[in-house]
Amino acid sequence: MTNLLSRLFGRGKKGSGATAKDRLRFVLQHDRINLPPERMEEMKREILAVIVKYLVVDKDRVEIDLEQRDRSHSKLVAEIPVAINTPPSVSNSANQSAAAGANGANNSADKDRAADADGNEDAQTDDAVDADVDKETEDAPIEQRENGEETKDAKS
Amino acid sequence: MGGKVVTISSGKGGVGKTTATANLGISLASLGKRVVVIDADIGLRNLDVIMGLENRIVYDLVDIVEGRSKLRQAMIKHKKFADLFLIPAAQTRDKMAVSPEDMVKVTDELRQDFDYILIDSPAGIERGFRNALEPADEVLIVTNPEVSAVRDADRIIGLIEAADKGPGRLIINRLKTDLVKKGEMLSSDDVFDILGLTIIGIIPEDELVLSASNSGIPVTLNLQSKAGMAFNNVARRVIGEDVPFMNLDENRGIFQRLVRLLDGR
Repeated sequence: MTNLLSRLFGRGKKGSGATAKDRLRFVLQHDRINLPPERMEEMKREILAVIVKYLVVDKDRVEIDLEQRDRSHSKLVAEIPVAINTPPSVSNSANQSAAAGANGANNSADKDRAADADGNEDAQTDDAVDADVDKETEDAPIEQRENGEETKDAKS
Repeated sequence: MGGKVVTISSGKGGVGKTTATANLGISLASLGKRVVVIDADIGLRNLDVIMGLENRIVYDLVDIVEGRSKLRQAMIKHKKFADLFLIPAAQTRDKMAVSPEDMVKVTDELRQDFDYILIDSPAGIERGFRNALEPADEVLIVTNPEVSAVRDADRIIGLIEAADKGPGRLIINRLKTDLVKKGEMLSSDDVFDILGLTIIGIIPEDELVLSASNSGIPVTLNLQSKAGMAFNNVARRVIGEDVPFMNLDENRGIFQRLVRLLDGR
């Protein structure tokens, strides 16, 4: 009976009080650090743009958020999933880091690493291969997308 | 140093600072305290009419500060309480006529003879607010359970903390219990979650507050009024009593009564 009446009178759905609370949280977050939402988004894009110059990042899973314990304690918390080539052995990892170091920020470093990983698949245990394959299938399209965007950014 | 200076502030206008100040003054006086209330809203004075003392004003705060009046000459005694006084704001000047140092000087003199000096702060974050904040030992922040009022309260709280006058305590004014139940208004818990400040009072919406301001007899003198009772509780908490919060739930709306009836509860 209560439920029926409640539904009849439009209860049970989220009231505007909850909306007010959400909106307040959002607006105060920005008030307190004196950074409006649009500028915050701009900052996030810039941070990410710097990181992808050096790392392969899963852009869809990137989270950069402001955490506020209270009025005077805010921190920026970033979770940026990075694609990692698991080094199969000590000697290979040494090679790899040397290769990455030699190439620096050069885009060809990605290709080198990919080739390196492929070449070592035989030596790995099944588990490692699985993980590697998963990673490869995940990484490949992202790398392409990233590179595409990078060139676009560079033009603009 | 004697008496304690309590500043009532809000950021946003129209949330009930002056009403709160008047009622706290009355309640503290009725608890046997010697009290002065100061209207710091120079240019827009109102505490006099809320307290029903508007026709007795001769001198005002600016007259004191500029030496045209002795402190005692400008203090207006309340009709009902021998130990309750008002220092009105000037109506023809602006906030710049008084400095924060002036306020410290005036209140330091009052501290010697009174238990509580309540300052009704003007809205805003400029000079008037600075004047009211400077002498404060404690700040009470009045807000309504509403987005813009809470936002402004947060801003004010930040400034109060920056001035080392924090943390301050919250008065949530004009809470509509029936709307909170329907989920259509921020609850006192919501406001606490957001602002993180101790709540010193929750004042329910009460039509008697309007009648009280119409007649110039603060609502806390009306024993029928829930808002009046709630203000009285705030005063008792100010003097350090541990007073439980009122149950604001007794006046059920027709809807709830109907539901209960049909549910056989």
